[in-house]
Amino acid sequence: MATHIQPIDLADAGIAGETAAPPPVRRRRRLGSGIEVVLLTVFAVVMLFPVIWMLETALKETRDIYAVPAKVFSFSPTLEHLKDVFSSGSPVFSGFKNSVIVSGASTLIATVLGVPAAYAYSRFKIPFKKDQLFFILSTRFMPPVVVVIPIFLMFRDLDLLGTLQGLILVYAAFNLPFTIWMMKGFIDEVPAEYEEAAMLDGYSRLEAFWRVTMPLLVPGIVATAVFALIFSWNEFVYAIFLITDPANRTAPPAIAGLIGGTTIDWGLVAASAMVFAIPVLVFAYLVRRHLVAGVTLGAVRR
Amino acid sequence: MAEVLVKNLHKAFPDGTVAVHDLDLEIADGELFVMLGPSGCGKTTTLRCVAGLETETSGQIVIGDEVVSGLRPSQRDIAMVFQFYALYPHLSVHDNMAFPLRAAGHPDSEVSERVNEAARMLRLEPLLKRRPSKLSGGEQQRVALGRAMVRHPKAFLMDEPLTNLDAELRADMRAEVKHVQQRLRTTMIYVTHDQTEAMALGNRIAIMNQGRLEQVGAPMEVYERPATLFAARFIGSPPMNLIEAEVTNGHLTAAGGLQIKAPDGLRRGERVIAGVRPERFVVSAADGDAEAARGRVVSREALGDETIYVVETDAGLLNVRMPPTVRLAEEEVVAVRYQGTAPPVYDPETERVIDR
Repeated sequence: MATHIQPIDLADAGIAGETAAPPPVRRRRRLGSGIEVVLLTVFAVVMLFPVIWMLETALKETRDIYAVPAKVFSFSPTLEHLKDVFSSGSPVFSGFKNSVIVSGASTLIATVLGVPAAYAYSRFKIPFKKDQLFFILSTRFMPPVVVVIPIFLMFRDLDLLGTLQGLILVYAAFNLPFTIWMMKGFIDEVPAEYEEAAMLDGYSRLEAFWRVTMPLLVPGIVATAVFALIFSWNEFVYAIFLITDPANRTAPPAIAGLIGGTTIDWGLVAASAMVFAIPVLVFAYLVRRHLVAGVTLGAVRR
Repeated sequence: MAEVLVKNLHKAFPDGTVAVHDLDLEIADGELFVMLGPSGCGKTTTLRCVAGLETETSGQIVIGDEVVSGLRPSQRDIAMVFQFYALYPHLSVHDNMAFPLRAAGHPDSEVSERVNEAARMLRLEPLLKRRPSKLSGGEQQRVALGRAMVRHPKAFLMDEPLTNLDAELRADMRAEVKHVQQRLRTTMIYVTHDQTEAMALGNRIAIMNQGRLEQVGAPMEVYERPATLFAARFIGSPPMNLIEAEVTNGHLTAAGGLQIKAPDGLRRGERVIAGVRPERFVVSAADGDAEAARGRVVSREALGDETIYVVETDAGLLNVRMPPTVRLAEEEVVAVRYQGTAPPVYDPETERVIDR
């Protein structure tokens, strides 16, 4: 059944008096929720400890980092390491720049190609549609390491080895199946009648898509693009295999490259890692509602 | 305003299913033409072919004087109302109704004039600023109707427009649709699976089944004399009684001794199926009448203005419609007799009405 799609900010808050008060908390739940709180606290500490340790390391002076016993609270914070990350000579700064280019371009390509493809799979009768969709999905089944050698050989012959363009192509190709599947879910949710009505009202199919369906798809496209962006931003395996020139490295291998010399600047490593995590956190926060919607909309047939 | 002709329309889908078999329809200018049938009978596919949303495999569609086959939906000058209304959710009621006019490039003054005219007619004026999601089902339906009206199209196509409304609202909207159509005198093709709606609305009704036309006719014609057994089962609630009978001396005699008046022109000894409307039977407490069938009341629905009895007889389960003054209990032994003129009879082989 096609449901009525509406932009999220218009969602019915419920007519006054219609929304029932939340049911009163029952006594029996007390004990259960106590255990839940304890378990969740333990879980949170375990999960957050490395993050907090990283944050502290990034803010400590170098001698405090190596202090035994570790200074957990009693250190004077410094922004030296963060400054090093953004200094022009820093090996990670160009990494961040490359990461922005690669993830931005690959997401753009995957979205521009994936949305029309998803539209076609959602709306038109295509021979062997299900098999085609399964094939597209199956390209995501294998782990990246499996295909990295053939891609390496192809790229060597095509002179794409060590270039950002090559990496953009790989990421776009990897994001495309995901974009098609997720966008198909969103487009399936928009009843075809909207376009048909617009076509009867005087528009061609393309105009109808652009004027009627597109505005309704914007939240879905944003959510899908953010997923693709985060994947490209975090990707490590292809980045380390296909690019050897330090100047063309993206951030993940650049940060990893900081470890392994004779001396390791742990402050710089931690500060770089913090900076690296920030865009992901910000994007995930901005589109958090769409992320949940994206996961359920794309996956669940209502 | 225009007449609509469907000539030899044939529609097969790529997967091999044939939705419409060589369909011919002639819809007069200004007519409210209802296409009735169960889901999957091809009525919606036919409508979508007329609209240009589906391409016919073969055949021709003519709107007015123009062969529209091959033209885009927007070039056919028709308006369609969908089952799910298809109001653009990101536009206000006013903008929804103005949408087709703006698409056609009408000047703003004319747009607002026509929108206001339609809004007045459909009592939508207080709602013009709202978004579709803030409207009730009936209001959404009226907006969809308004959006179709503003264009002054050659024809309205209605695809089960009232299916999603609750029963009470449906009756109101039915009257509204009929009223609007009569005022505008625009040709309307109305698709539904609800036989009550078809009877109430149509100047003529086309009954379809499995992609083929079963019958076309005025509502009472279709009710009184269904052309096929399918049409007989589909129209009327409770449905027509279909009784196997043999032609005897001026009568049709069914199992259990039930005697039904026979139409002229049947051969004696011929086996036929008689189609008897529930109101043509009379049920009463059992007596010695030789023409009646004896039976037992198995179900009784008192609807207030009438009572429907289901009586088990040797001729099968019979539906009988009686005035509420007749009161018979369940399990009571009763007599069912036929009254009135001869009913339509059907050939058991061809399932078509016997016309001699």
